[in-house]
Formats: sequence, C-alpha cells, structure tokens
Amino acid sequence: MINKGSYVRIRKTLLKPEERSKNLPIETTKVPFKMWVKGFLTSDADLFDIVTIKTITGRIETGRLKEANPPYKHSYGDFIPEILTLRDIIKKDMYGDNCE
Amino acid sequence: MVIIVNNAYQDIMNQKNEIMKKSVGLDYEKYELDGIGFDFELMMNDQGYDIERIRKIQSENMVGNTPLVELKNITKYARKYAKKGYGARIFLKDEAANISGSFKARRAVLSVNQAKELGYKGVIAATSGNYGAAVAALAAKAGLECIIVQECFDSNNISQPEILEKARKCEAYGAEVIQLSVGPELFYSFLKLIDDTGYFNASLYSPYGVKGIETLGYEVANDVMELTNKFPEAVIITNAGGGNLTGTARGLKDAGAVNTQIIGASVNLYGLHMASDTDFNKKSFTTGHTGFGIPFAVFPDRSDVPRSAARPLRYMDRYLMVNQGSVFFMTEALAILEGMERGPAGNTSLAVAFSLAQTMKDTDIIVVQETEYTGAGKHLLPQLSFARKNGVEIKFGNPLEEVPGKNIIFPKDGSYLKHQDINMDELKKSYLKRYRDTKLTVQDYKYLAEELMINIDKVKDLMK
Repeated sequence: MINKGSYVRIRKTLLKPEERSKNLPIETTKVPFKMWVKGFLTSDADLFDIVTIKTITGRIETGRLKEANPPYKHSYGDFIPEILTLRDIIKKDMYGDNCE
Repeated sequence: MVIIVNNAYQDIMNQKNEIMKKSVGLDYEKYELDGIGFDFELMMNDQGYDIERIRKIQSENMVGNTPLVELKNITKYARKYAKKGYGARIFLKDEAANISGSFKARRAVLSVNQAKELGYKGVIAATSGNYGAAVAALAAKAGLECIIVQECFDSNNISQPEILEKARKCEAYGAEVIQLSVGPELFYSFLKLIDDTGYFNASLYSPYGVKGIETLGYEVANDVMELTNKFPEAVIITNAGGGNLTGTARGLKDAGAVNTQIIGASVNLYGLHMASDTDFNKKSFTTGHTGFGIPFAVFPDRSDVPRSAARPLRYMDRYLMVNQGSVFFMTEALAILEGMERGPAGNTSLAVAFSLAQTMKDTDIIVVQETEYTGAGKHLLPQLSFARKNGVEIKFGNPLEEVPGKNIIFPKDGSYLKHQDINMDELKKSYLKRYRDTKLTVQDYKYLAEELMINIDKVKDLMK
C-alpha cells in the first residue's frame, strides 16, 4: 500500500484514438493521447489504482497510479566508442598524426 | 454497441481565442489591419519595453551580458579547408552563462515580469526545451507558480532523454511539469490548463517572448564593435520557432549593425514527421531543426497566440542547414579544442559557422550567438546512445548522405562538414501559397512585402 500524502506519478488517457485531432499521421491516430503528472496522493492506494493527487501547484488530477517517489532515470547513456574516433579525427586534423 | 466519443477536444479548441486573450493580457485586435495583415512594429513597440528597460530587468535577474569569446582554434581548423585569404574569424556568445543555462532566459524574464506586473498568480508555458527551465527559474525568482507542459513520450512510454532532463530541471526550480504523449493535441491540454488555472501564457511567440532576445543582438553588435572596431559581417542563429532569429536581428539593427547578414541555421530533419508517434524517438535533436524551422517560417501564425511576434522571414538573409552528425562533430570540437562543453542542440549554428567561415574572407567576423548548458540526458553521449537503441545507425562518411531517422553520419574529417542552403524563394512561395485565392489590396501587398523582406513586384512574381 502507498500512503496518503506520498509523492507519486500518475498516468491518464486524455483522448481516446477516436477523439484525437483529425490531422495526424496514421500511426498517431491509432494510439491514445496520454498525460503523466506528479503530485501527492489524497488517500491511501495501491499501485495501478485510479487515484486522485494534488500537484505541486495545488491542482487536483486523477489517473492510474504508476509509481511512488518517482526517480529521475536519465543518464549519460551507454558509452559510444565512436566518440573516441571523433576526437581522434579532430586532433589529427588539427595537429597531424603526431598528436599523441 | 454505442460508442461514446466526448467532444472535449473540439469544445476547448472552439474557445481558443477567448482563452488566449485572457492569458496574455494583450488585445491583439488592436494591431489588426483591414485585409490580411497586422501592424507588426506597433505590436512590438506598444508593450512598454524599450531596450534600456529590458537590459535593466535582465541584469537584475542574472540574464544577459554573457561573454563573447573568439574561437581561435576552431577558426584555425576551418581555415585549414579555406583558400588563401579566406576563413572568417568565429566568435561565440556564451549564452549558457544565463540563469537556467541558455538564451531562453532572455525571453522568459520579460514574460514573467509582465505576468507579475499584471497580477497573475502563475505562468504556464508549452515547451519541451530550455525555455521551460528558463520560465521555471524566473518564476521561482519572482515568486510565481509555474506549470510547464511538455511533449515527452511516444505510445510505448519512451521519452527523449533530453526532454526528461528538462523536466528534472523545471522541477528543480519548483515548477509542475505535465508530460504528454506525441501529438498536436498538446495545444488542447495547454488551453485547458490556462482556462482552469487562470495563469499567464508565457508564450515564446508573444512580443515579450521575442523582445527579450533583442538584447542579445544588441550585445553582439556592441561587443564585436568594442573588440574589433566594426560590426560583424554575419551572425548565425539557430532557428526553430523563429523568435531567436527575429529578436537577435532586431537587436542588431537597433545597435546600428544594419549591414550584418542574418543567417538562420537548422539541423536537417527532412523526412521525419513532427506529429508521428514512431518518428518521435528517431530524431536526435528536439529543437533547432527544420521540422520546426520551416513550418514556423512559412506560417508564423501557427503558434499559440493570434499573431506571432516571431517572424523570421522579415529578417533572414540566408537559411542554412547541417546534418545531425555535423552538429555532434562540432560539439566535440568545441570541447576538445576550446575547452567548452556545451550543447549539442545549441551548436547547430556553430557547425554552420565552421563551414560558412571557409567561404568568407579572413578579415570577416562571424558570430555564433548561442550556447546552452549540457548534462545528463542532453549531452551527445546520451543522445547518440538513445539513437543507437532506437535502431539509428551511427557511422563516419559524407554527412550530406545522412537520412534522418535511419542514420547519423559524422564527417570522416573536417573537410566533409558542409552546410546546405535552403532555397529562400521556395520558402517565400510556401508562405504566399495561403493567399493564392485571396483578393489582395495594395495594403495587403505592402504587408506581404514587409513580411518577406522583398518588394511588391517580387511578391507578385513569387505568387505566379
């Protein structure tokens, strides 16, 4: 159970595929238009319940409970070895082959 | 079976004008002319912000007066591929030094100031980029609430790393971030939020959103004059919605640099559809690309206000593009040759400058007018790693052969980094297309001539 007052992230479908704008590429027309937002749970709930939250600006939103204490997961990604080749090219261009 | 379709989308869209008017505290009707046009200069000059006042507000908010640095090593690098006597000096305005880490703070500060003066409780902006961070930072400083609305995820809940980083940054300044899946219905959600909250629309396209950048052009002109006793021959401006270019050009002219070439630069994303759920995560640039740059140039009033203050074709002498691989290449060059880790998206104009400098005399001066902060999510490493995960091939070769969404091609050496011209007449023709069936008056033609920086005969010629 996730306690009332916990900081959580919810997801909500705002428009079903048939309710979406008419001028869309075909692949976009097949999927719903969704929203993710964070806030404080207004009552105890379990993951995937439909819940109500109060956002940081005091707005009330409802949606499916996806995550408590939502983390930031973005990073510097996997290492891309081609970057080393890029550096090598630039240094060779500038300083010639004897840049070691 | 009865399928119930709610009409919320259309209902809100029908109230668009009314909602927008309340949210910018500005009556656009006042500037409308008979026929198709409006009085652009009156709209820009009617808001009580002259350059001195803007400079004062900005300096009180840690915005502006950023360093202008000469990129001597990159200039030397470019000259390697130029014929004798060619290879312009390249200068860079380090806009990452602004509060919030990009030139966008110049735009945000006026919107926030205006919201505060008019007594709004909060500000709201629709942006996945640096502008959100700027609005959030300045709203925090002004004691206003802030909501940032982002286009963030595809239907598999996968997001561009750069946009996730922007969400983090906005939240770090205390803003609420609303993240949406791909699609132009963002505008629907945005209108609904404005209507529900009564917040000020800190639009990138309001006069405040554009006038704030005039100081950037003004500083560039004066800084270069002070250092070299002349105005720059060219200023290169990364172009997406057109505000950066419009504001910078106006500021340059205001400072007297009327002969400086105004050059737009975008990353080439031809072939990727901006509203496509599947193309969304195939790109490695979320702004500064042709997918925004071209539609907003040829139809500026597609924006979130009735009359956009961002009108790049009024000022742009040339519009050049480079591929994604070339921007990454120059991002790396900036780090390892100049000790500046910035971007990557903000380095689009730098990549163009590297190639363009080779066509200009060695006594000429090119200014690249922005940089942006870098970090987790919005560094070239996460961008490239994300591209690879999405099936985009990364290789070395001729960048002009890059196919956006399929591959990223790094120049196999500096000589392969080349810009391409976007045909200005074709852009102007696209702009004019919507008036093909309109009966135009003399005043309309005059307006179109000003919009496209050409004479009336040329307007008529392009409409044939």
